[in-house]
Amino acid sequence: MKIARRKFDTLVIGAGGGGLRSAMQLAQADANVAVVSKVFPTRSHTVAAQGGMNAALANVLPDNWHWHMYDTVKGSDYLGDQDAIEYMCRAASHLVVELEHAGVPFSRLDNGRIYQRPFGGQSQDFGGAQAARTCAAADRTGHAILHSLYQQNIRAKTHFFDEYFAIDLVKDSDGYILGAVALEIETGEPLLIEAKTTLLATGGAGQLFRTNTNAHINTGDGIAMALRAGIPLQDMEFFQFHPTGIAGKGMLITEGARGEGGYLVNRDGERFMERYAPHAKDLASRDVVSRAIAIEVREGRGCGPNGDYVLLKLEHLGADVIRKRLPGIRDMAMTFIGVDPIAEPIPVFPTAHYTMGGIPTNRYGQVVVPLGEGAEEPIPGLYAVGECACVSVHGANRLGGNSLLDIVVFGRAAGNHIIEHLAEHRYHRPLDEGSIDQALARLARWEQGGDGESVDELRCELQRAMEEDCGVFRTEETLAQGVVRVEALIERLQNARLKDQSKVFNTARIEAFELENLMALGLATVKSALARKESRGAHSRVDYPHRDDERWMKHSLYYEDGRVEYKPVRTKPLTVDTFPPKARVY
Amino acid sequence: MRFLIYRYNPDDGQPPRMQAYELDGFENGDKLLDALLRIKAELDPSLSFRRSCGEGVCGSDALNINGRNGLACITPLADLGDTVEIRPLPGRPVIRDLVVDMEQFYHQYRAVKPWLTVHDPEPETEYLQTPQQRDQLDGLYECILCGCCSTACPSFWWNPDKFRGPAALLQAWRFLADSRDQATGDRLAELEGPYHLFRCHTIMNCADVCPKGLNPTKAIGNIKKLMLKHHV
Repeated sequence: MKIARRKFDTLVIGAGGGGLRSAMQLAQADANVAVVSKVFPTRSHTVAAQGGMNAALANVLPDNWHWHMYDTVKGSDYLGDQDAIEYMCRAASHLVVELEHAGVPFSRLDNGRIYQRPFGGQSQDFGGAQAARTCAAADRTGHAILHSLYQQNIRAKTHFFDEYFAIDLVKDSDGYILGAVALEIETGEPLLIEAKTTLLATGGAGQLFRTNTNAHINTGDGIAMALRAGIPLQDMEFFQFHPTGIAGKGMLITEGARGEGGYLVNRDGERFMERYAPHAKDLASRDVVSRAIAIEVREGRGCGPNGDYVLLKLEHLGADVIRKRLPGIRDMAMTFIGVDPIAEPIPVFPTAHYTMGGIPTNRYGQVVVPLGEGAEEPIPGLYAVGECACVSVHGANRLGGNSLLDIVVFGRAAGNHIIEHLAEHRYHRPLDEGSIDQALARLARWEQGGDGESVDELRCELQRAMEEDCGVFRTEETLAQGVVRVEALIERLQNARLKDQSKVFNTARIEAFELENLMALGLATVKSALARKESRGAHSRVDYPHRDDERWMKHSLYYEDGRVEYKPVRTKPLTVDTFPPKARVY
Repeated sequence: MRFLIYRYNPDDGQPPRMQAYELDGFENGDKLLDALLRIKAELDPSLSFRRSCGEGVCGSDALNINGRNGLACITPLADLGDTVEIRPLPGRPVIRDLVVDMEQFYHQYRAVKPWLTVHDPEPETEYLQTPQQRDQLDGLYECILCGCCSTACPSFWWNPDKFRGPAALLQAWRFLADSRDQATGDRLAELEGPYHLFRCHTIMNCADVCPKGLNPTKAIGNIKKLMLKHHV
C-alpha cells in the first residue's frame, strides 16, 4: 500500500501537558518536532485538572522538597521508585517558576507570590503538621497550564498535526522505534511519520470505567500501542478512584475543595473521616478517603433516598472563598446537579480518576524493558511521559497535585534526553519492509462491512464489567469473574463491524480503534489485579486486607500474552537515605 | 423529543439536509451532549460531532442550538423545548455534519501572539504580581477557545480573514492586562488599522453566547481605550 510520509527529528504523540512540555523543550532547542494529537491541543484532558501542582515553594507554610518526597513515597504505599521521586520533588520548585514565567496565571498571595493551598497527604517535617504545597490558578490550574504551554509552542513554531489519530508505532527488526502511523481524521487517510525518537504522551485510560472523571478521549491509546509493540505494562492494577466525583455523574470536584476547608459528612451529619484518619482527616490520601466513603455507604450511613453517596460541605467557607478559589467546581455543581455549594453540600462518591500504571520508563522518560536479573534496557528511540507512563513516582496511589507536576518534570526530562539522543543519532534509520504492516492491518480490519456487534454496546459492557469487578474493593472471586467477562468481550470484539464506512471525519471509526485499546488495557488491569494478593494503595483486596512487603513490594509487568511478571521497586534515592516501608497512617 | 440535525457528508454525494430523530427516556438533568451520544449509539452511528471533556472546560462541542451558539455538554435538554434544531457553528466551512473547519479561527488566535512576552532577564523566582493585578486576568484567561463567540459575530462572518474576532481579541487583552507582560506597544501596533480590531461594532453577540460568561466586547473596548491613551 502506498502511504504518505513525513519525516521529523522527533515525534510527540499527545498534546496534553506532558507532550506539550516536551515539545516546547525540543522546539526551543531547534529540533524539528511534530506533535500528533487526536484533538486540538487545548482539548486535551490536562485542561480539566483543577486543584493545582505540588512544589515546596514554602510561600504559605514552611516546606522543602525532602518533605514532599517523604509524602510522595508514603502516598505511593512504598511502591514508588525513590530515585524518580527525589528527582521530581527536587525539580518541582524550579519548574513551577518556569511555568509562571511562561505565562501561567497563578493565583497570588498578598506579597505577590504564587498562591498555595493544602492538599491531601501533605505534611511538614516528615509526617508532622499539614503542609500547603499545591500551587493553584483558582481551581482551573490544568487549563491555565495547558493553554500557556500551547501558547509557548506556537511561539516556538512546533509543528502540529491536529486531529490525527495514532494507530501504531513503527518498529524495525532491531527493535528501534522509528515513528508511527497516524490517521488523519478529517480525510480518513493514513500518514507515516518517521522520526528518530518518538514520545508517547497520550494520557490515561479512565474510560475503562462506567463512572469516571475523565474526558471521552481518555482511552489509553499510547499504553495500548506500547503493549502491541511488545512492551510489558507496569502496575496496571493500581487505578485511582477520586473520593469526590459528583455522585452518579462523575464530574470531578477538586481535592482543593477540602484543601480550602471543606469536609465530608455521612447521613448522621458525622465528620466520618475523623474515624478513618484521626490526624489528616479529610486530607488523608485519596485511596484512604475513597475507601472510607465506600465503607460508609456500604454500612448504611450514606445520604440521599438510596443512601448511595456522602456529602461534601463547603457552605461554611463563605461565598467569597468559594467564588475566588473554587469558581469552576461551583459552576460544575450548579450545571450538573443544580446545587450551589455556597448554599448546600455536594453529593459525592468515589469515581475512577487516574491510571497509576502504564508504560515503564526511567527518570529520563526512556521506555525500559527487563533484561534479566533485575537489569533494564531502554527501547531505542521510544519515550513516554505523564499518565500513560509509569516512572513510577505514584506507585500504588498518586497524591493530589502530583500529576501536573509529573507531566512537566518528566516532559522536560524526556525533552532533554531526546535532545542528547538526537545529537548522537544524526540520521534516520532506514525503514524495513513490513514494519508498518501491523498498523495497516489494524486499519484494514475495520474496513470489513456487514452486520456485527456494535462498538458502543461492547464499550458499555466493558465499562460495566470493570466497575463491578475491579472497583474500589476487590476479591479473588470478582477479579476472576472480571477476567472471564473481559476475555469474552475481546472475543466478541472480533465480530464487531462498522456500519459507516465513509472516510471523512468518521468518528465511529476512531471509537472502534479506541475500544480495541481499552479492551487490551481492561484485561491488563484485571489480570494484574487478580495476580496481586495483597492490599496496597488503591488496590484493595478484601481477601488480602494487608500490605505484604515481603512478597509484594515489587512492580508488576503485564505482557500481551497475559503473563504477569515482576521487577523490584527502586528504593534507593539519588542522594538521600531510603524511606523504608512502615505502617501508613494519616 | 425531536431532534432536527444538520447532516452533510462529502463522501455520500447527497446535498446538505436536516435529518429528524425521535428519542425519549432522558433523565432529569441530561444535557444535549447526552442526547447526541445516544442518537449516535442507538439510532445513527454515522452522525459526526466533536466532544471531549463533557463538562464545559475543553471547548470541543460548540454547536448552533435552536439558533444560538453554545456547548452541547452544558446545555440542559430541559431548556430546549420539544423540538431542537442543531446546526454546525455558523460561518465556518462544514467538514461533515456538525464538524466545522476552525482553522481560520485558530489562525486569528495565533496572530495576536497569545503568549507572555517579557524582555527583562528572568529572575530566579516567580514574577511578583499582587492579587489586585492578578484579578485583572479574571474573566479573560478562562477562555476555552470553543469558538461560540467569533462564529456568532457578523463582523467575523464578513471578514474572517482580516478581523481577529472576539475570541482572539479577548486573548490580546488578556496579555495587555497582564502586569507581567512587556509587549504592550507591539501588541497595540499589531491591532492598528481598520480591520484587526476596529471591525468590532459592539453588536455583543459574543458576550451574549459565551458559555463561560466572558465578555469579549468589554475586552475590545479596553483595548481601544488603551490604544487612545498610547496615542495621546
